[in-house]
Amino acid sequence: MYEILSKKKLNNNVEEMVIRAPYVARRCEPGQFVILRVDDEGERIPLTIAEYDAAQGTVSIIYQVVGFSTRKLSEKKAGESIADFVGPLGRPTQLHAHKRVIGIGGGVGAAPLYPQLRKLNDMGVAVDLILGARNKDLIILEDKFRAFCKNIYITTDDGSYGTKGLVTDKLKELVEAGNRYDEVIAIGPVIMMKFVSLLTRKYNLKTSVSLNPVMIDGTGMCGGCRVTVGGETKFACVDGPDFDGHLVDYDELMRRQGMYKTEEAHACKIGLKG
Amino acid sequence: MAPNMSPRKVPIPEQKPEERVKNFNEVALGYTPEQAKEEATRCLQCKHRPCVAGCPVNVLIPEFIKKVSEGDFDEAYRVLTTENSLPAICGRVCPQETQCEALCVRGKKGEPVGIGRLERFVADYAMEKRSGEVPAIEKNGIRVAIAGGGPAGLTCAGELARLGYDVTIFEALHALGGVLMYGIPEFRLPKKLVEKEIAGALKLGVKIEKNVIIGKSITIDELFGDGFKAVFVGCGAGLPSFMKIEGENLNGVYSANEFLTRVNLMKAYDFPRSPTPVRMGKRVAVIGGGNVAMDAARTAKRLGADEVYIVYRRSEKELPARLEEIHHAKEEGIVFRLLTNPVKIVGKDGWVTGMECVEMELGEPDESGRRRPVVKKESNFVFPVETVIVAIGGTPNPLIRQTTPGLEVQKWGGIVVDEATMKTSKENVYAGGDIVTGAATVILAMGAGKKAAKAIHEALQNKIPA
Repeated sequence: MYEILSKKKLNNNVEEMVIRAPYVARRCEPGQFVILRVDDEGERIPLTIAEYDAAQGTVSIIYQVVGFSTRKLSEKKAGESIADFVGPLGRPTQLHAHKRVIGIGGGVGAAPLYPQLRKLNDMGVAVDLILGARNKDLIILEDKFRAFCKNIYITTDDGSYGTKGLVTDKLKELVEAGNRYDEVIAIGPVIMMKFVSLLTRKYNLKTSVSLNPVMIDGTGMCGGCRVTVGGETKFACVDGPDFDGHLVDYDELMRRQGMYKTEEAHACKIGLKG
Repeated sequence: MAPNMSPRKVPIPEQKPEERVKNFNEVALGYTPEQAKEEATRCLQCKHRPCVAGCPVNVLIPEFIKKVSEGDFDEAYRVLTTENSLPAICGRVCPQETQCEALCVRGKKGEPVGIGRLERFVADYAMEKRSGEVPAIEKNGIRVAIAGGGPAGLTCAGELARLGYDVTIFEALHALGGVLMYGIPEFRLPKKLVEKEIAGALKLGVKIEKNVIIGKSITIDELFGDGFKAVFVGCGAGLPSFMKIEGENLNGVYSANEFLTRVNLMKAYDFPRSPTPVRMGKRVAVIGGGNVAMDAARTAKRLGADEVYIVYRRSEKELPARLEEIHHAKEEGIVFRLLTNPVKIVGKDGWVTGMECVEMELGEPDESGRRRPVVKKESNFVFPVETVIVAIGGTPNPLIRQTTPGLEVQKWGGIVVDEATMKTSKENVYAGGDIVTGAATVILAMGAGKKAAKAIHEALQNKIPA
């Protein structure tokens, strides 16, 4: 059993939990994820890791309450335990000692983006950030990013916070105003990553995206998370979750994510929905 | 007592096909004590024991069968488990017809002795009344780590614990058993029984760390740093292979691993009571001819598919599945499309609608000794299906080889070992099971685990404090 050390609400729909999980914390790196089961009857769901502390043996997860299992997870309180918590899974993000990088976090996609950008900052990279969401309430982790990001741009679909518009509008504006970035790291809904990649391809701007589709085991055993990247079938769990944004077949990915749509009440996928 | 010279095995009671396709209960119901005794008297008690040579773990076959014929089932169990710690499982899933029973003298004229059925009977009988007592073993304090709680790892762990080692099994999933739990369906190998038999085999104080992935949560070198003196790697060949044909990423195409894991381990057959769903159409094609293909096909039937096809590129003779599974599959109405090879999965709006295949014929024998299937010219045809399950085996998970410097592997990813000791190229690291052989059988994996345990003991026994 894995103890929930603390729990807090980040907004109406998004929560953060700190879990005692020494094995995961000990080797965790930015970009990796865990699979958990809330209880012995539960399904296995993948969740991204927002923070980790090897010395304390703790891992923090941020999740959106979207389906059966995240609702069940949300019913758990600090001091209680969850049945299974396995990781760190996936390959760590390849972070390069660039001069300047811009991160783009859509909705809860900001959570897995956070450890990547923080590490880049530690490596001496100048980091900018665009945070986007449907409305103000859905913008998360802004304060944490403020601690080290050089520039932060906020966009909301309804204009309730920051600039009204999409993250791609802001990115376009920044690039066309002459800002130079060595890499874009975009994490959010698949549709957002698709359009960011379409835009950056025009600028020939290297783009990394993080995929987190249907996974059963997270160790390459089931192949449920296969995705076409550069014309080759890859398993998001063991070959990813990060891929070159310009090579991902997003349309296929969105279609595959919709595989269990009719069973949505029991959503077995935790999409990074904005 | 004169042997029972009936040329046929005592039939084993089974659920009727028309009933069992509607449930996930076990198909074969097992012998009664009387039936077991009757079958046991068919054994001639040969002095040269050819059957034993056919068993990868060298079960004392005539000896345990003799005890069954005498009605001393407790003693039969004791004899059986001196060499095999998982007999209820082996009795159900071993390919006896190519192993022990293939060498049985009775098989020359009529059917061989039903060794598997007797093994199963003895194990089930003992499990019903097994006491919780744990034999006293003197612990030697030497720590050994086992990566993977499947048949190879469990056997290696059980053997080493019996010798007094302080053994820890690291398992990636939330349940022990590996393929016994996620792969083989309930109707062939009930999960309660697997859990019980594993618990029995590990009662000598084996420690279990679930949710730990060797190569991710901790590396082999870190295990040595933590004080383990030897590591056995039995992580299986769990990375599913696909056909690499067009349309394989359409919705409705599963690897057998995903399909069976959803149903077996995650109990998707009980959806929505179980939260894990499995989506399946009315017409299902399973690609492959092994046990896993049979399991997937029969599972699809039980989940309510109207038409289920096994699509296999060679002929019936080459089907690698156990005879009993093929027989059961046919009884349950699975249609075999033999000498047929898929070339493309076709779809509409992202979902599978059919499979394009070519007809094959058998040519000259290939390197496996089997006649090579050759495509018949212009024989393409499409048949409509909504679900395709790919059951053509798998390759070893790359996690261990990626994170273990000094571990020599084959081109296809299998770990290289010395076959006599299961020793790898890395000091104090041993490996066995599918991660060495590629997809094979439960019993071969168990045999490897046992061999490795013996070699580990030979290597470490001088370290045992006097």
